[in-house]
Amino acid sequence: MDARILQEFRAITGDRGIISSAEQLHTYECDGLTNFRVLPQAVVLPESAEQVQAIVRVCHRERIPFVARGSGTGLSGGALPVENGIVISTARMNRILEVDLPNARVVVEPGVINLDVTGRVAPQGFFYAPDPSSQSVCSIGGNVAENSGGAHCLKYGFTTTHVLGIEVVLPDGTMVHLGGKTLDAPGYDLPGVFVGSEGTLGVTTKVILRVVKRPECIQTLLAAFGTTGEAGAAVSGIIAAGMVPAAIEMMDNLSIQAAEAAVHAHYPDCGGLLLVELDGPTAEVAALMEKVNEICNGCGATEIRVAQSEAERAVFWKGRKAAFAAVGRISPNYIVQDGVIPRTALPRVMTEIERLSAAAGIKVANVFHAGDGNLHPLVLYDRRIPGQEHAAEELAMRILELCIEAGGSITGEHGVGEEKKQMMGKMYSEPDLETMQLVRCAFDPLQLSNPSKVFPRPRLCGEKPGRYEPHPLEIAGIAERF
Amino acid sequence: MAAGHSATGGGAGATLTEVAWDELRAIVGPEHVRAVGLEDQVAGVAPRMVAEPADETQLAAALRWANDAGLAVAPRGGGNKTGWGNPPARLDLILSTDRLNAIVEHAWADLTVVVQAGARVGDVQRELAKHGQYIATDPLWPERATIGGILSTNDSGTLRLRYGALRDLIIGVTLALADGTLARSGGKVVKNVAGYDLPKLATGALGTLGVITQAAFRLHPLSAAGNGRTLTFRAGGVGDANRLIVELQASALAHTGLQARARHDAQAEVDVRFEGTAAGVEAQCVTARKIAAFVVETGNSTEVWQARQELWTQAETAALAKFSVLPTRIAAACEAVRRAAGKGDLKWRIVAQGTGLGWVRLEGVRPEEIREALLALRAELEREAGSLFVAQQPVGTGTVEAWGSPGDAFPVMLRVKQQFDPRGTLNPGRFAGGI
Repeated sequence: MDARILQEFRAITGDRGIISSAEQLHTYECDGLTNFRVLPQAVVLPESAEQVQAIVRVCHRERIPFVARGSGTGLSGGALPVENGIVISTARMNRILEVDLPNARVVVEPGVINLDVTGRVAPQGFFYAPDPSSQSVCSIGGNVAENSGGAHCLKYGFTTTHVLGIEVVLPDGTMVHLGGKTLDAPGYDLPGVFVGSEGTLGVTTKVILRVVKRPECIQTLLAAFGTTGEAGAAVSGIIAAGMVPAAIEMMDNLSIQAAEAAVHAHYPDCGGLLLVELDGPTAEVAALMEKVNEICNGCGATEIRVAQSEAERAVFWKGRKAAFAAVGRISPNYIVQDGVIPRTALPRVMTEIERLSAAAGIKVANVFHAGDGNLHPLVLYDRRIPGQEHAAEELAMRILELCIEAGGSITGEHGVGEEKKQMMGKMYSEPDLETMQLVRCAFDPLQLSNPSKVFPRPRLCGEKPGRYEPHPLEIAGIAERF
Repeated sequence: MAAGHSATGGGAGATLTEVAWDELRAIVGPEHVRAVGLEDQVAGVAPRMVAEPADETQLAAALRWANDAGLAVAPRGGGNKTGWGNPPARLDLILSTDRLNAIVEHAWADLTVVVQAGARVGDVQRELAKHGQYIATDPLWPERATIGGILSTNDSGTLRLRYGALRDLIIGVTLALADGTLARSGGKVVKNVAGYDLPKLATGALGTLGVITQAAFRLHPLSAAGNGRTLTFRAGGVGDANRLIVELQASALAHTGLQARARHDAQAEVDVRFEGTAAGVEAQCVTARKIAAFVVETGNSTEVWQARQELWTQAETAALAKFSVLPTRIAAACEAVRRAAGKGDLKWRIVAQGTGLGWVRLEGVRPEEIREALLALRAELEREAGSLFVAQQPVGTGTVEAWGSPGDAFPVMLRVKQQFDPRGTLNPGRFAGGI
């Protein structure tokens, strides 16, 4: 990179805020998806929104592509650097700026760690609901980019449900405020389209979050079944009974073994394990938990435990939350996938995954957010065996095709990123993708912000799109209001 | 004046005689293109034709035809809220979704539904109820309101507090763009982050980006509603009403409705609703009464939840506006209404949800006083990061712009509009900032 431009970045962030030596840059060459690696030209670590703005202005002027990066825990290569581009790390923008609990609003900088938001408001009985498994290390800015989910989405929704406003530096260096502290701000729901845009529409510099009051009572039940089919039937029974649990998680035998090896959650050795969490007013939870118990028994549960303490509940969850990493104990390499299917397609898709796995000679461990049909097949392989990595990648993509065929999605919470952009063309038609990219053209016509992610092919925007001219009313309207 | 746009109709110079309406008749069938009546006016502006396509393919083709002909189009569902937004800068054709009224797929075991835009909310809910489910939303006039209409106007009621807005319930959308493109986004699974979230972008866009032809929703079980109980409390003043709302919100109760009602000539009241198991509801009522010890319990009628809709009864000479404030500022909003109304001695009524969203009705003999009150109220709310959307105003007030300030992201909104509808075909001039 041009020394003059590096110097300009250095002047913005100070010496501590820029990394340009090759050995240090290696830290940033990939995110949580480690089989894609690109070395960036430089990494800048701004400390404020103003610094972000100054950096992006330079990028815009010089046509330098940039990739924003939070904690780098993403699993789809969303924070993978681009050649000839820089990485803007938000790691040093980690202040919680405002806590307004009577209104349940918290304003944070993008580098704030997900769990730290809960940590800050927990003493007053609140929590921040989206809880990706990486919540102790992942950042709110990254969550906004990916529209991160977690185990409790079934009841509480996703990141997008809990983001009311976002301060954004647009790819041309303009700073704008999408949404706000109050609901239904006039105009388009731009926070709605920005959340989950995977860093392709600009850089988040502040986020207004909604936090949630902790329920009076939380109960977690663990049930062991002979097969995932039986466990799946129990899930269907719970849904059919008109309940919306806070979470329903399922693990198959291979993932149970992995979790046991890693964190000793004392899971029963069984074919299908369910974790069902209910929360709400105590009397309500007690009545519903009885029903869940009945349903599980009716579906052939061989063992049912209800956590008797917060500590025991934490142990129940520990195995599930550690499942991805735990697979490392039983396989040298693995791919975490993130497909979604209509929940009722689960038995069919499971059978098909088993068949494909057997045919390819590659093991697949399965962890699901069973309530909302979000599958996390973990495709296990050994890179040292020639051809296995390729076969594993093929199998992972074939599983995503199964999800599409079942009427589902190629990603429920990890994002498309670099990894799955070619799959977008299988899930959506060309006009669908072209239409989505109209948004891209409105925010980033030069395609500088995390270019080449999400979509299989970029749309040519042109500097002056369309023939639309603002209507006189609009000019009159603005004149009257500002 | 901008090139190619005339404020008096006939974009791109098209006139009544030049428009080849037969081409439109060929697309949707001659019996489904008709001349207009008074009831087809949009905020006082008369269109020239109404077309009722049979399906999304016809609708997209009709839209494309209109776009190519330089005509301005207003999409229409049930027609209850056609007047919301600014008067159209131009208007030639109403595209009605009346015939797109099918429930495409109710996957009840997956708690999802796919439904065409013209389906009536009441009809859809009755069908879903056969499996004990519903779209957890309670819009105005559900028997007439359509799916596309409630989405486009982002109408929400008392259930929003617990289940979120339509943006949180919609999981997929099909849009007909001005150029005739049919684009799908999202899908029919609840969890899905593949690509940009156009269902949210289309929600509340007042049909200015595309015509919603079909939408998918996540559903909720109805079972909980069976044991529903409502408690109403009379508060000394709006301050106490707001205090009760904040304290209930700060509790661990899981209420499914919480609203304040206030008016110029009566004390404020607060309504709270619990649903769930019989035991759970009973226990929650006990807790709620303890929290509400500083006010007086006055009733338990479920009719209070119709209060928002009742604001619209015999409202021809009234203004109706939706406000948004922080939940702790509901009392302040009521005081602002009182001050604004006081200058002209206007009658006022408010129904505000615990979310900080509320509706105000202003009435008086002199329309210009209502106009003054709306402007004063908006200025005060916007100073505190709130907003005021004027949905209806009496004839003769002079027009108060409907939306208020779209903020510093307005240039982005304008570029989004330019990308989706470069010729300004869809509802021109009706949306925020004159989009």
